[in-house]
Amino acid sequence: MEKKSFAEGEWLYEIGPKNNFFSLNLSEVWRYRDLLMLFVKRDVVTVYKQTILGPLWYLIQPLFTSIIFTIIFNNVAGIDTGNVPSFLFNLSGIIVWNYFTSCLNETSDTFKKNAAIFGKVYFPRIILPMSIVITNLVKLGIQLFIFVCFYIFYLFKGMNSELNWTLLFFPFLVLVMGLLGLGLGMIISSMVTKYRDLTFLVSFGVQLLMYVSAVMYPMSLLKEKLPELGWLIEYNPLAYVVETSRYLLLGEGSISTGGLLYTIIVSILLFFLGLVVFNKTEKNFIDTV
Amino acid sequence: MHDKDIILKVENISKQYRLGTIGTGTLSHDLNRWWHAVRGKENPYLKVGEANDRSSKGNSDYVWALQDINFEVQRGEVLGIIGKNGAGKSTLLKILSKVTAPTTGVIKSRGRIASLLEVGTGFNPELTGRENIYLNGAILGMTKKEIASKLDDIIEFSGCERYIDTPTKRYSSGMTVRLAFAVAAFLEPEILVVDEVLAVGDAEFQKKAIGKMQDISRSEGRTVLFVSHNMAAVKSLCTKGIVLEHGKVIFNGDSEEAVNFYLTNESRKIKEDLLEREDRRGSGELRFSSVELLNYEGQNVKELLSGHYAKFRFYFETIKEISAENLVFGVVFRDTNETKIADFYSDEMGVQFHNVIHNGFVDLEIPRLMLRGGEYTLDIVVQNGKIAVNQIDLLHNVFVFNVFAGNLWNSSKINRATNVALIEGMFTE
Repeated sequence: MEKKSFAEGEWLYEIGPKNNFFSLNLSEVWRYRDLLMLFVKRDVVTVYKQTILGPLWYLIQPLFTSIIFTIIFNNVAGIDTGNVPSFLFNLSGIIVWNYFTSCLNETSDTFKKNAAIFGKVYFPRIILPMSIVITNLVKLGIQLFIFVCFYIFYLFKGMNSELNWTLLFFPFLVLVMGLLGLGLGMIISSMVTKYRDLTFLVSFGVQLLMYVSAVMYPMSLLKEKLPELGWLIEYNPLAYVVETSRYLLLGEGSISTGGLLYTIIVSILLFFLGLVVFNKTEKNFIDTV
Repeated sequence: MHDKDIILKVENISKQYRLGTIGTGTLSHDLNRWWHAVRGKENPYLKVGEANDRSSKGNSDYVWALQDINFEVQRGEVLGIIGKNGAGKSTLLKILSKVTAPTTGVIKSRGRIASLLEVGTGFNPELTGRENIYLNGAILGMTKKEIASKLDDIIEFSGCERYIDTPTKRYSSGMTVRLAFAVAAFLEPEILVVDEVLAVGDAEFQKKAIGKMQDISRSEGRTVLFVSHNMAAVKSLCTKGIVLEHGKVIFNGDSEEAVNFYLTNESRKIKEDLLEREDRRGSGELRFSSVELLNYEGQNVKELLSGHYAKFRFYFETIKEISAENLVFGVVFRDTNETKIADFYSDEMGVQFHNVIHNGFVDLEIPRLMLRGGEYTLDIVVQNGKIAVNQIDLLHNVFVFNVFAGNLWNSSKINRATNVALIEGMFTE
């Protein structure tokens, strides 16, 4: 075995009661990058093991939801989606919304679900929520593929839509969503370790949130029909994300620079807040989870 | 000795736990703690808390699982950590392996710490053996490259070659353990933690873990922390030893001395007058007061030879006269690992007591004491009928006696002195 010589007082690491405020140890996370990828692989591969349709299930859920939304909200309730076919309109909204909610739902369970592993061995805890966000990115990719298929299908059917150069910003928007989901998820997962109340809030809160996030209607429609509730959507960063991504993908709706800027700032703030809370919790959560 | 030869330094480590369930009560404590923090004051609950003595009823909601632990480990040293169940050994290991943080104090380390108690962590039943090797290895801190270079060795060591591309949910439990252990065995940490206490139950695994530990400490000169109840193993494997009691280090030094200190400390605590004991359970209508061991000649002794006659006499007091008709007396023999060696219950032996009793004694007569050499302790219980709920008096560790290897088989040969109970029998041709 190689004998490393250490200067006096030089320690490989110290374990103390408290972390520094921002002790996201990036070099440590980097050292565990293989673990991150293995977690992603595990999550992608194992979800649909022993199913016949396999990863097709990733597609079935958004497709059917879009069909139902189209029937209920567009055909029955008569929401106008402009030049774009309602089905495509709903599909894009649902795919984007799904990415956010999966990130949020799954990260908010991190500590509770993995208590058995965390209780036995140390690795940077942040690896797990990060792996969730990346896993969902894979899922988003697959779902976007089906979106592209339908897009082409509708083009042949005579939809006039032009691909927009702003589409290049779509990955950036995905990043913002990821940060938002991760940040919120980390905050919730940290609080759930001691008090389980939030789990109940999250499960139905997310459902309710969808209705004020412009998923199945354009932002302008709500402002027009319910001006007194317009603030709900004004202050909801998610509404901007959904609306903007639809604009990027379909050229439908509006893009609000102010709203987008607001969303980005909120996401980054939430992300850093999440990091701080998560870091504070990871040291001792095993005693209370 | 240079300071740089110290690979692990533990300074003033304490760990506080809160008892009870988490609810609105904890919320008010949390708010109070937060309010103190906001005003820049010290955590008010750090001042409270009692030593961690699980059997006695305390007044505080907080206990100190560990209190002001200080020790240093040199490179290449094998440190034995000994103490009774609940002394804080596992908490210490958890802090050392970064699973939970200490309440106060710092641990400084110059090497990676890994422990064999992590066997099988993160195994996913849906993944194949090969995939699980990668995943488990990565969880334990190896990189993909490191694992790939050792993959063949790991598979060979596990002996699961044929099943390696089958999901581990199809494995027998033994195979899963073998595979998991193989991964852990090829970790190369600078400091290895072996918790034999947690591995109890699987003899094969325990043997392997200890074997691996010997390899590592002897041939590779690496540092090992060894937690065990097995005093013989600690004596033979370790160079240094610390003794924990109620979360405090009560001895720190040479391993042999540590073991001796632990054993004398334990037997010293056994009070001759049992009525002074506070850690008893039961309704208390009858309370044991003292125990005697008598040999064949009726002399009061503390040691015996294997295969000899023994009579244990248990004295007791009662508050008032009670009927002995339903009383069941029980005696349990334990070895120094606190493992049950034998037990005697009067009801299953068909013994019924008839007298109305006041202060007095019961005897347990053993015509041939079928124990090999070693130190043994007794637990005694008396209860009303068969159900343990109706306990009248229960005491652990009431008496210590030593058995020396003797002429067990009437063969003019001394029997082997290992700590195992014996069954009468004979070889014939």
